[in-house]
Amino acid sequence: MAHSYTPGLKVTDKAIVKKERRLPLKGDVLVKVGDLVKADDIVAKTELPGDVERLNLAGKLGVPPKEASSFLKVSIGDKIKKDQIIAESKGFFGLFRTSIPSPIDGIVENYSDITGMLTLRKPPKKVEIDAYVNGKVVEVIENEGIVVQTPATFIQGIFGIGGEVKGELKLVAKSPDYVLTKNDITEDLKGKIVIGGSLVTSEILNECVKKGVLGIVVGGIDDKDLKDFLGEEIGVAITGQEEKGITLIVTEGFGQMTMAKKTFDILSKNDGKRASINGATQIRAGVMRPEVIVTYDIDTIVEESKHAEMGMDINSIVRIIRQPYFGAIGKVVGLPSQLQKIETEAHVRVLEFEFDDGKRIVLPRANVELIEE
Amino acid sequence: MKEKDQITRILATDCGSTTTKAILIEKRENEYRLIVRGEAPTTVEAPYEDVTKGVLNAIREVEELAGIRILDGENIIKRERSEDDGVDIYISTSSAGGGLQMMVAGVVDKMSAESAARAALGAGSIVMDVIATNDKRMDHERIKRIRTLRPDMILLSGGTDGGTITHVVQLAEIIQAADPKPRFGAGYKLPVIYAGNNKAVDEIKERLEKKTALYVVDNLRPTLEKENLKPARDKIHDLFMEHVMAQAPGYRKLMDMTDVPIMPTPGAVGLLIETIGKRDKIEVLGVDIGGATTDVFSYFQNTFNRTVSANLGMSYSISNVVKEAGLKNIMRWVPFHMDEKDLRNRIRNKMIRPTTIPSTLDELQIEQAISREALRLALEQHKTMAVGLKGVQKERTISDAFEQTSTGETLVNMLTLNLIVGSGGVLSHAPRRVQSALMMIDAFLPEGITMLTVDSIFMMPQLGVLSTVHEKAATEVFEKDCLIRLGSCIAPIGNIKEGQEAVRVKFDDKEFVFNFGDMGVIPLELNKKVKAVISVAKGLDLGNGKGKEVESELEGGVVGVIVDARGRRPFVLPENDNDRVNKLKKWIKSLNVYPEK
Repeated sequence: MAHSYTPGLKVTDKAIVKKERRLPLKGDVLVKVGDLVKADDIVAKTELPGDVERLNLAGKLGVPPKEASSFLKVSIGDKIKKDQIIAESKGFFGLFRTSIPSPIDGIVENYSDITGMLTLRKPPKKVEIDAYVNGKVVEVIENEGIVVQTPATFIQGIFGIGGEVKGELKLVAKSPDYVLTKNDITEDLKGKIVIGGSLVTSEILNECVKKGVLGIVVGGIDDKDLKDFLGEEIGVAITGQEEKGITLIVTEGFGQMTMAKKTFDILSKNDGKRASINGATQIRAGVMRPEVIVTYDIDTIVEESKHAEMGMDINSIVRIIRQPYFGAIGKVVGLPSQLQKIETEAHVRVLEFEFDDGKRIVLPRANVELIEE
Repeated sequence: MKEKDQITRILATDCGSTTTKAILIEKRENEYRLIVRGEAPTTVEAPYEDVTKGVLNAIREVEELAGIRILDGENIIKRERSEDDGVDIYISTSSAGGGLQMMVAGVVDKMSAESAARAALGAGSIVMDVIATNDKRMDHERIKRIRTLRPDMILLSGGTDGGTITHVVQLAEIIQAADPKPRFGAGYKLPVIYAGNNKAVDEIKERLEKKTALYVVDNLRPTLEKENLKPARDKIHDLFMEHVMAQAPGYRKLMDMTDVPIMPTPGAVGLLIETIGKRDKIEVLGVDIGGATTDVFSYFQNTFNRTVSANLGMSYSISNVVKEAGLKNIMRWVPFHMDEKDLRNRIRNKMIRPTTIPSTLDELQIEQAISREALRLALEQHKTMAVGLKGVQKERTISDAFEQTSTGETLVNMLTLNLIVGSGGVLSHAPRRVQSALMMIDAFLPEGITMLTVDSIFMMPQLGVLSTVHEKAATEVFEKDCLIRLGSCIAPIGNIKEGQEAVRVKFDDKEFVFNFGDMGVIPLELNKKVKAVISVAKGLDLGNGKGKEVESELEGGVVGVIVDARGRRPFVLPENDNDRVNKLKKWIKSLNVYPEK
């Protein structure tokens, strides 16, 4: 094989970051190419059709579907208020009347004389999307959204929960292997994004929520704690929709994991700066990883990273991403081309890996990721 | 396209959600054989967003390995005669971009809705949800569900021809109110196939024609006793090509490249399983366990069924296997002691880094433990779907129809089953073939005598689509290069005392004895078949009744004949942790499943 694909998470101090901001449905884009936008600026908006309420009109009136429409006191397309009487039967000599109040504010959408069902629709919901990061609009996707570009510090995590939040980064961990304690979560962290070390527990996460912490970036979490915190087991790895009052970004993996030094150093450098973070994770062909973005001034010059399309070479710095030695960082010292038999007896492509102390091991190429220089 | 007998070199690709696989087949010395196989990452997603890039990369690898030129730039060279360069025919399957995802709706969940689900599954789709008027949900909940799921298409059915139209119209109104949008292509209308009561067509059109791309086909349940899935299934295939595929990045180009329409991957595999069953007049169970989904195919009582367990898989969906099976059920297959916290973290780490592979024996054993539960659950789901009233124009009486709904009797019968075909990474790439055999035995618990096989390198999709244009080539490659025969498995039903003689197998003047609670292998080489006499203890049954002898043909394979005397109905593992680990170790040792540490 001429080229082997090696996954790697981006952890860069300075890069050009592009973010697509797209509406769920077509709508109006409020900015144009070249505009400078702030993270909180609304850049596009639309209206989602309101939820539908269906009412068994014929059933409630006790008449056949074909006749029920004659008892309607409103017409199709009319606006209605909650509890407004929308249909009424005549009863006998004005007695035993059946009055049907509207269960919602909204409009009368239609009536079916086959099923006897009256469809009511709630008012449309406004949907607005903001720019998420400070930057320049470089593309407008007609009626759908924009692409905003900015020089920024960009760190991808491996897994996260919770959606987009913006807030000031606050270095709480004393070192990359630090384990957060309850005492670390103080009142002044309200509205901030905590930088942790190697582990966060459900107890700490709950404490963060209690204190109004917006987000937390940390090396590892035990799956058991994640389950306890969420109150349920995560099945398929599609996250971002959780509404737990906090966005969590795990940089290394499950278990207690010392945060990669580079990640920790970059985050520490940004202590006190405002960041945009998103826990949304989707692990499939089109991988989506959680992220931390701290923007620079728009005129900051960025040298393009040499990472692009980089393959693995001798002396590449890689991290082991599977047991044993999970999390260890070291250097590639050999890339034999023949398949080799490993402990499981599988024949796979391997590499020779050297730890900082000079110790060497052989492991499958699939089990390392490149660390960007 | 050339005449069949002129075709001597075939190129076939399968675009999976992560990998695109290409195979080259050639006719040599009067038979078709697999020559080489190449693969490359699939390129449906950003930054490439063009599936043909991955296809061309996989073909380039084939070119390199086979030492022939197939591509002229980005075009596949088609041979006029039998020159050195080029191929005679190019075909492809695809499940990239998440495959085909549908919602189905029917009036009664166990009747028309179930038939609709079978039609969709049979066409190779994932069924995201089944909406029925008696599914106990409120209308607004159904509407919300349709809106949030954004299926590729909806199949609407309900009502027998000429019967009452109210309920099916009600379903149409729900779809109308939801005003659904397709997953791909913002400017397109969502395709909706109507296959219900023919009397309701006008009302359905009135409600759905403006808001959706509506197609009307024959009722898939014209009467209560008749199921007619073909028209709906064919329409799904057409629309898959026209709407779904055409929207996916690069597919228009790919469609131009292939000589026959692109098939959804599971549809192609299903076709192959069905062909084997029909041709050999046997009962077959096929399984394809992938990273995201597990497909199960079966052919019982001349009826083909397919189900897809959309969220049971070995990488992307691995955590969902844990969620559905429960950690305890996974841990019961791990042949050493480990604590829950560690296992949980390991599984999650596989989920977030799905491309990693086990590099130690422990890790391999954990993955294979999880696969047992994924396979078991997928078969459970299949059993509930593969129930009575199948296929085209099969007549039943009304009393049968009610019996079916009340008992939900499955067609899957592990005792009459003849052949198991395993496919997918964890089975096809297990370092020892006996590991695949044991995974399938533990997960499916076959009964009586069953042949076990595994797809050598996962090429069943390509062969499936090939079978539609060149059956001979597909069959020959399937038999010679694709299907690895592991050997027959003998497993009596029932339970007797541990250690008591359970099974005695006699053939060619040789005799093999196995005690209850044990497993073992009788050496019998590949392609060798013997007539054997198998006797079982009084309390056990191999299909002829308790304690009754069976005369049967046993077939050898790369593993040999496996005797599983651990009991069935029920099959039990010891509750005590130490006992359980010791048992697993004993079986592993007697079948020589893993290398000694």
